Amino acid sequence: MKFSMKTAPLRASVAALAMGFGIGAAAAAEKADVMHWWTSGGEAAAVHVFAEDYDKAGGNWFNDAVAGGDAARAAAINRIVGGKPPTASQFNTGKQFDDLVNNHLLRNLDADAKAGGWEGAVPPLFLKAVERHGHIYAIPVNIHGQNWLWYNTGVLAKAGVPVPKTFDDVLADMPKLKAAGVVPLAASTQSWQEAILFNSVLASVGGRKMYVDIWSGKGDKDISGPVFAKVADTFKKLKAYTDPGANNRNWNDATAMVIQGKAAFQFMGDWAKGEFANAHQTAGKEFGCTILGASYVVGGDVFVFPKNKDPAQTKAQDLLVKVMMSKGTQLRFAAKKGSIPIRQDVDVKSLDICAQHGHELMANPANQTPSVDMVATPSVVGAETDVINKFWNDPKMSTADFVKKFAAAIHG
Amino acid sequence: MMKIWLRRNFSALMALSPALLIVLVVYVGCTIWSVRISLTDSHILPSDHYVGLHNYVRLLNTDRWNTSVGNLVFFGFMFIIASLVTGTLMAILMDQRIKGEALFRTIYLYPLAMSFIVTGLIWEWILQPTLGIQKMMRNFGFAHFHFDWINHSSTVLYTVALAAVWQGSGLVMAIMLAGLRGVDDEIWKAARIEGISPVRTYISIVLPMLGGAIATVTVLLALTVVRLFDLIIAMTGGGPGDSSEVPAKFIYDYLFDHQDIGLATAASTLMLGFVLVFIGPWQIWQWRRDVRGAGR
Repeated sequence: MKFSMKTAPLRASVAALAMGFGIGAAAAAEKADVMHWWTSGGEAAAVHVFAEDYDKAGGNWFNDAVAGGDAARAAAINRIVGGKPPTASQFNTGKQFDDLVNNHLLRNLDADAKAGGWEGAVPPLFLKAVERHGHIYAIPVNIHGQNWLWYNTGVLAKAGVPVPKTFDDVLADMPKLKAAGVVPLAASTQSWQEAILFNSVLASVGGRKMYVDIWSGKGDKDISGPVFAKVADTFKKLKAYTDPGANNRNWNDATAMVIQGKAAFQFMGDWAKGEFANAHQTAGKEFGCTILGASYVVGGDVFVFPKNKDPAQTKAQDLLVKVMMSKGTQLRFAAKKGSIPIRQDVDVKSLDICAQHGHELMANPANQTPSVDMVATPSVVGAETDVINKFWNDPKMSTADFVKKFAAAIHG
Repeated sequence: MMKIWLRRNFSALMALSPALLIVLVVYVGCTIWSVRISLTDSHILPSDHYVGLHNYVRLLNTDRWNTSVGNLVFFGFMFIIASLVTGTLMAILMDQRIKGEALFRTIYLYPLAMSFIVTGLIWEWILQPTLGIQKMMRNFGFAHFHFDWINHSSTVLYTVALAAVWQGSGLVMAIMLAGLRGVDDEIWKAARIEGISPVRTYISIVLPMLGGAIATVTVLLALTVVRLFDLIIAMTGGGPGDSSEVPAKFIYDYLFDHQDIGLATAASTLMLGFVLVFIGPWQIWQWRRDVRGAGR
């Protein structure tokens, strides 16, 4: 996920360090060298669940954390190509590991999937996301909702604003909130956060089908249509309700504004829950969470298992898959991570109400809206993020201009 | 001839060979490798499928790249000229044999000891309207005080340049001061006898004698410009929009985030070209000066 962005300046140096260590530490037999980028407090606690359960099951977990998703993936790819692959390595659910599959660098996990009974338990959207040419090449370990609207219940009550159900509601509420003296929308000009906001609008105003068609490159007609223009207008109108401090603001600083009651709303993935939890706030009490409409934009993380000549390593990989996908581990992991379990066949009563709502939404395939990373290549996502970023920040850029640029970038 | 030369320099060559090997393999080798990658259709893994200059065509059609290069040129001129002027002025003031010179010299050089990340964060806080100068002035009672250059596309580059000059002018001062101290006292005496004012002496006589120092400083500053990355990351993140994007950040984003190493290496190859255009003339000038010096 993108929350690693807050460590951006550190990325390069940490990556260099990690690569140095990685080459030095030849994996001993049975030791499972697991590369990931879960380094923040809540993330580290979550990955500890995996480590603990793996060790309990007779494995030997070696924590190989690299700060920053980009850096971690680069380090893993370098090791895989260099012939000293880690036992397992994290990627985002989506197309990031396509090249690795096509170059025959990853293990086929069909047998593990069968043994674990994934079919029927894992939502089809996520099962398809790890399938290439009819075979399974990764394990999805969590589901993160990306289009949550977080709000401060006290601020809404004071301004006399009900919880919005649509983006039209949001736009209608904004002036009231502004009049009440708070920042209506805690936003940031960091481009990935603008993209999260834009995709929330697209999923809600445009709907799931249009969202998927557009991002998978099959929606040229949709892009030039009136609904997409409304999406763009809605997105741009929100800008007026942000504050001057939004420039280059970290996502967790924006969440802090909602926590402290300085701002009313924030659109952010469910990893924001960790910030509320750290501030000892409870969902449904001091803060609330809602999805505008039914399209639930979901993404997540996967682990891939590079091919290995060492049979002991292959055994370690099989055990890892089994542990990470087991029901108990999944539930405990999700609780720490703020995500929801990848398996539909677990009881989520112990999770918070936002997670329960998310789990409920996931039960209906018609709501399952894939994150852009799952349908578009990183280079298309990157190019469109640049376009969205330009549109949000350039007051002179018209909607027509934006639509034209967006249409041009969607085919890579 | 060759044999004698070899025998005479054998130990020196042995001592230098590890460094030479590193330079050849790591620097030159990787540079050639990168140029090769830029001619292929590589995305996340290096590929062997050559596509000619396709990546370069794509690059030149990418708005963000063109904006980045424009930003860099604009920033570069502003930064180099402003640093040279402030640094030289500081050096001239220090040259007046003031009391506590060592103290001032240390203070002016201190910013240089900081990384651009720290400089960038500090200046972001100072310039951010909700945190820094604007907030302070409003707290003092000037309710309509307005200073939010960092939030506007048309002014953000000035703020970046301001932070960079703050950090860089100390270096200019140090080198220029060393140059000024190297000027023969006899010249000053002669100028005084002729009744030439000190200002005029500096402009017409002393500074022209410091051509070497100025060239060195300019090249050092130009290298800072080309490498500009961390300051942007810490201070503006390239925004608002793409108004403070720079090539190094473009390359980084395309390498890791967009997983488009073909385009990223094409961009870095072009940057290498820029650097060679900058450094080339200076290298030739240095080399010719060395040859002249040796012949004397």
